Amino acid sequence: MADPTLVNGQITDRVTNSGEKEMSEEKNLTSNIVQQPEEPGEKNTRRTFLAIAGVAGLGYAAAMAYPIYRYLASPEEAAMNATAVTEVTLKDAQKLPAGSVLMFKFGSSPAMLIHHTDPAREWISMTAVCTHLGCTVQYEPQADRIHCACHGGVYNPYTGANVSGPPPKPLKLFKVAVNEADVKVSRA
Amino acid sequence: MTRKTIASSVYDWVDERLGLSEIVAFARHKSVPVHSQSFWYYWGGISLFLFLIQCFTGVLLLVYYRPGAEAYESVRQITFSMHFGWLIRSAHSWSANLMIFSIMVHMFSVFFMKAYRKPREFGWLSGMALLGLATVFGFSGYLLPMDELSYFATKVGLEIPATIPGIGTFIANMLRGGPEVSEFTVQRFFALHVVVLPAIFVPLLGFHLWLVQRHGNAAPPSVEALPLEQRKSMPFLPNFLMKDLAMWLISLNILALLASVFPWTLGKQFDPLAPAPLGIHPEWYFMSPFEMLKLIGAVLPGMIGEIGGILLFSVAILLWLLIPFYDGSRDSGKRGRYANYFGLLAIITLLATTVIGYWTIK
Repeated sequence: MADPTLVNGQITDRVTNSGEKEMSEEKNLTSNIVQQPEEPGEKNTRRTFLAIAGVAGLGYAAAMAYPIYRYLASPEEAAMNATAVTEVTLKDAQKLPAGSVLMFKFGSSPAMLIHHTDPAREWISMTAVCTHLGCTVQYEPQADRIHCACHGGVYNPYTGANVSGPPPKPLKLFKVAVNEADVKVSRA
Repeated sequence: MTRKTIASSVYDWVDERLGLSEIVAFARHKSVPVHSQSFWYYWGGISLFLFLIQCFTGVLLLVYYRPGAEAYESVRQITFSMHFGWLIRSAHSWSANLMIFSIMVHMFSVFFMKAYRKPREFGWLSGMALLGLATVFGFSGYLLPMDELSYFATKVGLEIPATIPGIGTFIANMLRGGPEVSEFTVQRFFALHVVVLPAIFVPLLGFHLWLVQRHGNAAPPSVEALPLEQRKSMPFLPNFLMKDLAMWLISLNILALLASVFPWTLGKQFDPLAPAPLGIHPEWYFMSPFEMLKLIGAVLPGMIGEIGGILLFSVAILLWLLIPFYDGSRDSGKRGRYANYFGLLAIITLLATTVIGYWTIK
């Protein structure tokens, strides 16, 4: 401390000052209650001021928070726009050999195009996101099933139906149109 | 139990373990001198506020920034693809400049109020270290977008340590991560900017603030000369704190205005084969030493000028740092006056060389 007496002097000064202030305020309050139970005008201006200040403060905070929220939410918004995709064109996918699979992105999530050997239901496309906890599933041609390695879920590779294991719902099918130069996959 | 007794028993429980009431008692007793120069007391607080803004906007930028080879592309994304990314980046750049400015105002006010005198020597030294670190923050952050300007600024800036005889080239290569400014440079500047510097800056800032609590605000000599009963003060809680917060709000508004009306630009991606753009110059807070070196170089050409310039700088900075030790007591009348002249000389030199620097660009 540079000068303890100075500091002490200030402290005692201030404490007594504020003590006196509090007391006098209390006196005013009691005298108000006794003599004038209500002072509506004064009360209203104080309340109005606090309300306006509160609203302005909230508005200010919101004006600061909004750009930050939008900034942080940017990728999410981009992903939302991507899910609005209704059709994906897979160039040269018509050359996919029978009994194999092509993984692709439908919007922002993985999907698969399976070229089955069965000519009656040759081309099947469905989402590749397991309905259980969101792992990416895989097509197993030897076992003729779709399998999720995370928790052992099994789906039917033709209908997407959940066959066994934990998945609660089937995989959603897409519409497939095979053309000369590409395969178009769209929402069913 | 009523709500009030629950609250007070929770407070008591915490208080018993953390000693909150000691802090409250301390804060209640804290007071700030009131006099005609009290305005300058706010500048330390403003600097602190702008540093907090830097931390906050810095973390927001960190969410999308990628150092290394993708640095420019990620800053381009932040500026043009992410919603309000331009605003966050602009606020970070503007706040950086405002922070250096307010630290300088704070430093000169401390200097002329002679607040470095006993027992506040460590406050002065830690403050100077913080200013030094702030300029390194500025220098390292400037490269991170990896556009043309930041590339050449770093290239030129690293030529300064390279002039140190003997080990200069070694130091410059270590900083650059090779003989040229490249993606390795931006990667290590990034590590410096977001990990190393904050790790040094924050504890030092804590020390600086602790010293302010310990010694309180210094009154200028003219006020200290007054008899005790003529000195005025105001309680820190809530009076000064409220005023402090009002200054923070004003600073935030000025920052928001600057950042949105004059958004920070992003130049072309750096190209190591492209010539330096016309009118390239250092940031304003490096302009003065840059110009001084240039002027000394014009008077004393060659190696002698370079070494002479660096020597002159080192002596001046050393004298500035050591001011509490040769103008350390209240009754050093003559020395106190010389210190004032030294401060004025410093301000005039800084301003003049900065003006000349900007003048000669145009």
